[in-house]
Amino acid sequence: MHPAPSVIVFTTLSGLGFGLLFWLGVGVAVPTGWTAFAFFAIGYILAVGGLLASTFHLGRPERALKAFSQWRTSWLSREGCAAVAALIVTALYGTGLVFFDQRWAPLGWLGAALCIGVTYTTSMIYAQMKTVPRWRTWLTPALLLSISLAGGALLAAQITLAIILLPIAAIVQIAWWVRGDNALGRSGTTLSTATGLGHIGTPRAFEPPHTGTNYLLREFVHVVGRRHSKKLRTIAFAFGYVLPVMLLGLPGAHVAAALAILSHVIGIAASRWLFFAEAEHVIGLYYGKRAA
Amino acid sequence: MTALPETTQRKLGLVIDLDTCVGCHACVISCKGWNTENYGAPLSDQRPYGEDPSGTFLNRVHSYEVQPPATSTAPHPAAQLVHFPKSCLHCDDAPCVTVCPTGASYKRVEDGIVLVNESDCIGCGLCAWACPYGARELDAEEGVMKKCTLCVDRIYNENLPEVDRVPVCVRTCPAGARHFGDFADPDSDVSKLTAERGGFDLMPEQGTKPVNKYLPPRPRDQLDAPPQTDVLAPLLDTVAHESAGLIAWLDRALSKV
Repeated sequence: MHPAPSVIVFTTLSGLGFGLLFWLGVGVAVPTGWTAFAFFAIGYILAVGGLLASTFHLGRPERALKAFSQWRTSWLSREGCAAVAALIVTALYGTGLVFFDQRWAPLGWLGAALCIGVTYTTSMIYAQMKTVPRWRTWLTPALLLSISLAGGALLAAQITLAIILLPIAAIVQIAWWVRGDNALGRSGTTLSTATGLGHIGTPRAFEPPHTGTNYLLREFVHVVGRRHSKKLRTIAFAFGYVLPVMLLGLPGAHVAAALAILSHVIGIAASRWLFFAEAEHVIGLYYGKRAA
Repeated sequence: MTALPETTQRKLGLVIDLDTCVGCHACVISCKGWNTENYGAPLSDQRPYGEDPSGTFLNRVHSYEVQPPATSTAPHPAAQLVHFPKSCLHCDDAPCVTVCPTGASYKRVEDGIVLVNESDCIGCGLCAWACPYGARELDAEEGVMKKCTLCVDRIYNENLPEVDRVPVCVRTCPAGARHFGDFADPDSDVSKLTAERGGFDLMPEQGTKPVNKYLPPRPRDQLDAPPQTDVLAPLLDTVAHESAGLIAWLDRALSKV
């Protein structure tokens, strides 16, 4: 799949922002006044900034409001509805903390549940795709949720939580990579089933339908070299998970925590780039671009 | 509404005969022409005469080589070249429809055609992600999703002579490799053709239940027969039985060396 910067920025930042808002809503951190304002502002800038970035990949962004209508069937529509609900409820909860020094706990819990809902619906947009075997697993929601919660704990300055949640996210990440590497092979979709010619012999793509490129090749057929991918996985793993945990163990809380957050964001962005770039859409088979 | 209908009254679709298709791309060009000039946003091209040309098409023809396995009777079987037109299959369980966040994508109850309401499409591309066949293309100029309409503006068009009320790819095909009809009717030509020739689905394991069917290429039973250069060959006699003159002398001299 084409690793579109808008979607990488969106899923990385929104995941982090909704993770932070989740921990604020649950009440693990209960800041008030200006401190609360700063925490909520960071959460909103990340969550809303990510959502805005996602509209850049639309062909007709001016019609984006229509996307709230099909929540009965579409995960993308559900994600939009969940995001708006989460932002409104969390804003009300934040108002209490910032302006009235009041913690309206039930509102916080509802907001937290909705924040989880946003990340879950985002992940299901990918996990539902039968056409992309690497994504079609319960590990995809597990991956996005564990990263969101770990990153959120990091931002909420919950050192203990972060030290527990980051390694959990790291384990899910490894499981997701290992499973994904032969997902296309195990999916049963091959050039033989794609063309129905398998009963004659082994089909091979002889000539593509067009000499130039097209939307399908640009959007769905992105091939990452194996060595390139290994290096990026190492970077994603080291910066996203290992380095933040090590930094949190160091004395000098504020500087170390800031560096841990920075490192985590870099690592997760790399992981998210691979999430798209390595995902094989079965359309690639028709073009002879996949080994399976 | 992007929920799929339980059933459709008719199942209009195509039969594509892989045995007959000659790979001329006439269906591709006629489709581009009709669907640029008629219903919906035109199928745009980007830099058509410049570097890196690209454009939107609703129908594309791939070509595949199939190598039959060697057997004791045919130790070196010849590979077969199969031209493979591909467009929307108007699936019964169309995954492109249910993912649409705006309700722009829908499947019609009356005839099963999968369409896009272009004024509702936000161009998110998710339906193209959900389609395993690459049947949908986002138009770079209009920012909306384009797909085969089964020429819905031809098949019911009473301004056209009756013979033209079929999808333009079917009308154009010079080899007769494309057939249009109702698969819900077991006595229709397309249903009979599919039953007779063993029509099959593309990627059945994806569970999309495509309406369009493909007919397999017939075995090329003459390909591995001993070569015969010309049907007239047995009737033609050799003109010169014995050589003479300088060439004959040279031939004799060289063969003695």
